[in-house]
Amino acid sequence: MTVKACVLVFPGSNCDRDNVRSWEACTGLKADLVWHKESSLPDYDLVIVPGGFSYGDYLRCGAIARFSPVMAEVVRLAGLGRLILGICNGFQILTEAGLLPGALSRNKNLKYICRDVTLRVENNKTAFTSRYAPGQVLTIPVSHGEGGYSCSPADLAALRDEGRVVFRYCAADGSVSPDDAPNGSLDNIAGILGRRGNVLGLMPHPERLAEEILGGTDGRALFTSILDALSGGPKS
Amino acid sequence: MKFKASVNVMLKPSVLDPQGATLERALKSMGHRNVSSIRVGKLIELTMDCENQEAAAKLADDWADKLLANPNMENYSLTLEKLP
Repeated sequence: MTVKACVLVFPGSNCDRDNVRSWEACTGLKADLVWHKESSLPDYDLVIVPGGFSYGDYLRCGAIARFSPVMAEVVRLAGLGRLILGICNGFQILTEAGLLPGALSRNKNLKYICRDVTLRVENNKTAFTSRYAPGQVLTIPVSHGEGGYSCSPADLAALRDEGRVVFRYCAADGSVSPDDAPNGSLDNIAGILGRRGNVLGLMPHPERLAEEILGGTDGRALFTSILDALSGGPKS
Repeated sequence: MKFKASVNVMLKPSVLDPQGATLERALKSMGHRNVSSIRVGKLIELTMDCENQEAAAKLADDWADKLLANPNMENYSLTLEKLP
């Protein structure tokens, strides 16, 4: 079975090619770049909504991209159970589109933060994280000015109760305290899953540390987990 | 008829507003000890062509709800003014 993957391109996206490269390097499979004006997509198994500054982050990050023609298709594919992965600005777009609860707002310290952070894998029983160990501590870079996650108390309770908090910002030893969230995220949330389990949004950039030559490979298992889920491969 | 709509967008009280907190510290450092509770929002003004006031209000509210504000983290209020 071939797995069909694509990476969306909005005006201002800047991690689109990185994602194509990492997907190809980690899985050996191709990924198409898809311009945001496309209003009909073939049935992709995986859609990656990449990072960047879509529409210059005008109004709110992701607020305008969410109305690009391609997003109606993304919502349709999500409804069919296809995998949707939103990274950084992609995460912001998915919250604006209502595919994920909550919102991302200005970092606590008002600064754009671009550095490696440590993340704890909170749930490895997902289509995106099966190759990680539960509680595994990952080093992955963040690069954002608006990554502070917030949501309603009801949404937070649902995220926790349903195991949909997938990644939390943590210390190097895996412990979690509010100081470990560089952006002030509620409950140290770095990545969450949609209700149905097929939509993941995260602020850190796994595609930037997925090959040795980039200085680390902690992002790699995200892509290989997805391949496993889509090809019925091993759940190791 | 032409209307001018002003949409006031504010972060919900439960959402951290680091910009507001920074401004508050700045004013305090200028000696204004009596300042508190600064929140920073947005004011969006637009002109719209509509049949009547009621339709304009409904449409502006729809625009604010769908795009101009994010109900997940922001509240908004609207004022509408008939243009000559």
